[in-house]
Amino acid sequence: MKRIAMGWVALVIAGLIAPFLVYPVFVMKVLCFALFACAFNLLLGYTGLLSFGHAAFLGSAGYIAGHTIKVLGFPPELGILAGTATAAVLGYVFGSLAIRRSGIYFAMITLALAQMVFFLALQMPFTGGEDGLQGVPRGMLFGVIDLRETMNMYYFVFAVFMIGFWIIYRAVHSPFGQVLKAIRENEPRAISLGYAVDKYKLLAFVLSAALSGLAGATKTLVFQLASLTDVHWHMSGEVVLMTLLGGMGTVFGPVVGAAVVMTLQNYGAEIGEWVTVLTGAIFVVCVLAFRRGIVGELAALFPVRKP
Amino acid sequence: MESSGDYILETRNLTKEFKGFVAVSDVNLRVKRGTIHALIGPNGAGKTTVFNLLTRFLPVTGGAIFYRGHDITHEKPAQVARRGIVRSFQISAVFPHLTVLENVRIALQRRLGTSFHFWKSERTLEVLNDQAHELLEAVGLREFADYVTVELPYGRKRALEIATTLAMDPELMLLDEPTQGMGHEDVDRVKELIKKVAANRTVLMVEHNMHVVSDISDVITVLARGSVLAEGSYGEVSGRPEVIEAYLGTAHA
Ligand SMILES: Nc1ncnc2c1ncn2[C@@H]1O[C@H](COP(=O)(O)OP(=O)(O)OP(=O)(O)O)[C@@H](O)[C@H]1O
Ligand SMILES: [Mg+2]
Repeated sequence: MKRIAMGWVALVIAGLIAPFLVYPVFVMKVLCFALFACAFNLLLGYTGLLSFGHAAFLGSAGYIAGHTIKVLGFPPELGILAGTATAAVLGYVFGSLAIRRSGIYFAMITLALAQMVFFLALQMPFTGGEDGLQGVPRGMLFGVIDLRETMNMYYFVFAVFMIGFWIIYRAVHSPFGQVLKAIRENEPRAISLGYAVDKYKLLAFVLSAALSGLAGATKTLVFQLASLTDVHWHMSGEVVLMTLLGGMGTVFGPVVGAAVVMTLQNYGAEIGEWVTVLTGAIFVVCVLAFRRGIVGELAALFPVRKP
Repeated sequence: MESSGDYILETRNLTKEFKGFVAVSDVNLRVKRGTIHALIGPNGAGKTTVFNLLTRFLPVTGGAIFYRGHDITHEKPAQVARRGIVRSFQISAVFPHLTVLENVRIALQRRLGTSFHFWKSERTLEVLNDQAHELLEAVGLREFADYVTVELPYGRKRALEIATTLAMDPELMLLDEPTQGMGHEDVDRVKELIKKVAANRTVLMVEHNMHVVSDISDVITVLARGSVLAEGSYGEVSGRPEVIEAYLGTAHA
């Protein structure tokens, strides 16, 4: 418990000072992906479900937020809510169809559904197809805070991240979270204790999708752009990578994983296309040598003393 | 049909086929309320399959299952569990990366009605701790409460499984080889425990250890190749030539 508290303090301090040390837009990007990976981890790390279609939630929420803000004139906070709600509804649909199967079949169903979303995003006129939905105005938050100011935008993104992160943390450490862990650990046993496990999985799926949507909608506001990249299956793979690299089933792992992957992509851009190979190599080494991920391995190095 | 009042569980012509292979064939099982009923038989006789059918983990091919007079043949497994039929598994069924206390609490927490409340702190579950500790005490695990379950020795894990099953306060407890893989001392402890908890509930157990079976069971049903071969008290059943043959037959195979 102590360690978790230290982690929180470190996270808040890092978040507050980061924009003075690093390019703020980059930190915002990291925060959006960190939230995305944490939301994904709720499903993979704490429920034991591997979705291969999470880009659909990130991306569609981005489009809806972009469209409602740019075309319908929503204020930023409402646009983000609209995006998040869309992802939640989509999550309900995906979840209802996919949770009847497990393992590879579950992953394949989520992938297939996400491909359908990708196709829709490519075809529908409001998304801008290949060009994406550009020029989304950041606007005034709650009518008073001007998000065109980079620092205002940054602290807004940081607040969104902290809220999302806190919701995930709370869900993991709640009566509901206990049941999720039980399902992950031994599903037949959980059933034999009277839990209708599909309902719990579905709620976890919807929560995960909604928070992924929150990340995607916020990201659209940061870059003033919603594009096909975020609904592409690459993105579904990338979030798996971030989560495993950082440590699935750990509270802070996905944050670290997202930061590492983003840093590699950003600062490794000088080596061009080879960055994909580098990321891939790191991933392979990580999975082979450090199965628990960065945070998982660190935690194992310094175990909590037995009571 | 006679009154089912005395019998908590009845099956009629229960049958299970796996792709043409009949694993359970026309089994009519009647479990009397308040007894310890043993289900025995050689390896592969279909005992675990019967358990899977009773708890609805497998769909039946034919026949019907009645629990307290209700036809539960087509209910969902979680629903059957909530009715009061709770099973253990042949292979130890614990939640390995939760603590011992949390394992028991999972079974208790459903009653609070907050199991979908993802916005509440897990501290709200602490009201269950006393009860959980009592259950752990009953199986001799009190001092292990804060251990991560994976660290327990095998015998202790099985004891934890019984504590978790008990936490459901089941009316009918199905135990699949509760003493399998245990040392002498553990076997005796679990045996006494089963006897104790059977005081106010019904137990149906699969068990290979004949000492345990003869010491504590009231009725024994012998299953061989999916069919009931014999039924009665230990004395009645153990002397029957067909029973001896069924056991020897597989020993030679
Ligand atoms: N899911 C399944 N699919 C196909 N065959 C199965 C399945 N489950 C069990 N069987 C077969 O049914 C038969 C009965 O198996 P079961 O596990 O019920 O035996 P058992 O009496 O519990 O044996 P043991 O004492 O070894 O635990 C075996 O031949 C087994 O191979
Ligand atoms: Mg068996």
